[in-house]
Amino acid sequence: MRKCYFDYVATNPLHPQVLDVMLPYLKEEFGNPLSLYELGMKAREAIENARAQTSSLINSKPSEVIFTSSGAEANNFALRGIALARQNEGKHVIVSRMEHHSILNAARFLEKSGFTVTYLPADKHGMVEPDAVKKAIIKETVLISVVHASSEVGTIEPIREIAKIAREHGVIFHTDAVASTGNIPVDVKDLGVDLLSMASHQFYGPKGAGALYVREGLRIVPLIYGGIQEGGRRAGTENVPAIVGMGKAAELAKAEMKGRMEHVKRLRDRLISGVLGIENVYLTGHPADRLPGHASFAVEYIEGESMLLLLASKGMYVASGSACSSKALKASPVLLSMGIPSSLAQGSIVFTLGKENTDEDIEYLLTEFPPIVKRLREISPFAKGWEENAQGNKCYTTFPESEKSGKE
Amino acid sequence: MTLKFVENVKPDVTTDIVYMMCPMHLLKLEEKMKELEKGQILEIMTDYDGALEDIPGWCEKTGNEFLGIDETDDYYKFYIKKVR
Repeated sequence: MRKCYFDYVATNPLHPQVLDVMLPYLKEEFGNPLSLYELGMKAREAIENARAQTSSLINSKPSEVIFTSSGAEANNFALRGIALARQNEGKHVIVSRMEHHSILNAARFLEKSGFTVTYLPADKHGMVEPDAVKKAIIKETVLISVVHASSEVGTIEPIREIAKIAREHGVIFHTDAVASTGNIPVDVKDLGVDLLSMASHQFYGPKGAGALYVREGLRIVPLIYGGIQEGGRRAGTENVPAIVGMGKAAELAKAEMKGRMEHVKRLRDRLISGVLGIENVYLTGHPADRLPGHASFAVEYIEGESMLLLLASKGMYVASGSACSSKALKASPVLLSMGIPSSLAQGSIVFTLGKENTDEDIEYLLTEFPPIVKRLREISPFAKGWEENAQGNKCYTTFPESEKSGKE
Repeated sequence: MTLKFVENVKPDVTTDIVYMMCPMHLLKLEEKMKELEKGQILEIMTDYDGALEDIPGWCEKTGNEFLGIDETDDYYKFYIKKVR
């Protein structure tokens, strides 16, 4: 059976060149980077080389990159670290409803710790309005965090505009760029952000390595206390092989970005126009301002998990929204916040593409997917009820070509 | 050891290690002092209480001049003059 991986937003396979540079650090180069003899010094040099490679990908200084264990750690570090560092100036934080749980739950922790949090809504395309950010800022606001690109619906947020507003109001701005870094150009100076989170396995690097960009001169309270690693800002013996791999993956992502983007965008556009040929299927997220390899849909009358399982039985691996909502079998809060009715949000399905995907993969998907939808609709006891529900709610997004199906 | 309090010292180099714990104050101190010329002044901003003892002690041990501290609401500013 053909195997097609369409879940690159969950994770990427390791680039073979990345594995090659990691291997010595899993074998003979096992030194602790803090050790003063040669073995340790070589590990230290490898980490500093990876820091330079990673900083080059986002156009920062190497000293502005703090390695973490994951994107989630970087997000937690940013939110808690800045809120605590600035709490004497005010205890108000703004985040959007498009955020990953590592931002939302960190924000909830801050609420429990005496902060007030404003959760910004998004429009039907999942776009956060810069004006809404402006209106939410009060004298006590110390931090704003808005995701760069949504992993769930692919929408790329107007970060440059939001960062400018934050700067004009003297508020620190963080963006969760885990889904975007390495996949589209991410330049911290151009975006004007103070902090930015990223994760290695989103651009063909290993799991277990992420980073937080912290603009020079910005004070941040550590999340993990201990030794002097990462300039005393993130303790713990470094995951040297993963960090080395992240650096190499960053270097490759920078060098190959244009080609990778063109490749996945072409396949994605084919996939989108093909899937929208199925009746009562809607594109979720922004039709144009979206990640180049990201195609997400809401399929009426059926449930995402059942599509996922039937596609998996045909060797195709996809996601049905965020891991949390698919495990809990409930509608995604992100989709609901975009005004998509909960009945339709149940039918969420997300295809994310990578450099390994081919035209044959898309053809296979477009051949196998419509019969799966048809079969599930035939056995769906909810089809009639869902239809009635959905007819009253036309606020979800559409892709221009879906007009053929007679919907808005 | 008695602490000296100073005001309006004009430093040549400033380093901000607020929220960082031991031993960052000593590592940064050594690192930054190497960058200074004799007679120049280093300012270290830290909220680590251990620095109140350690930085004057380091100065005594290394023969550099501890000028004093300036206390703000949230952190201390230490001033050290490079002598050797």
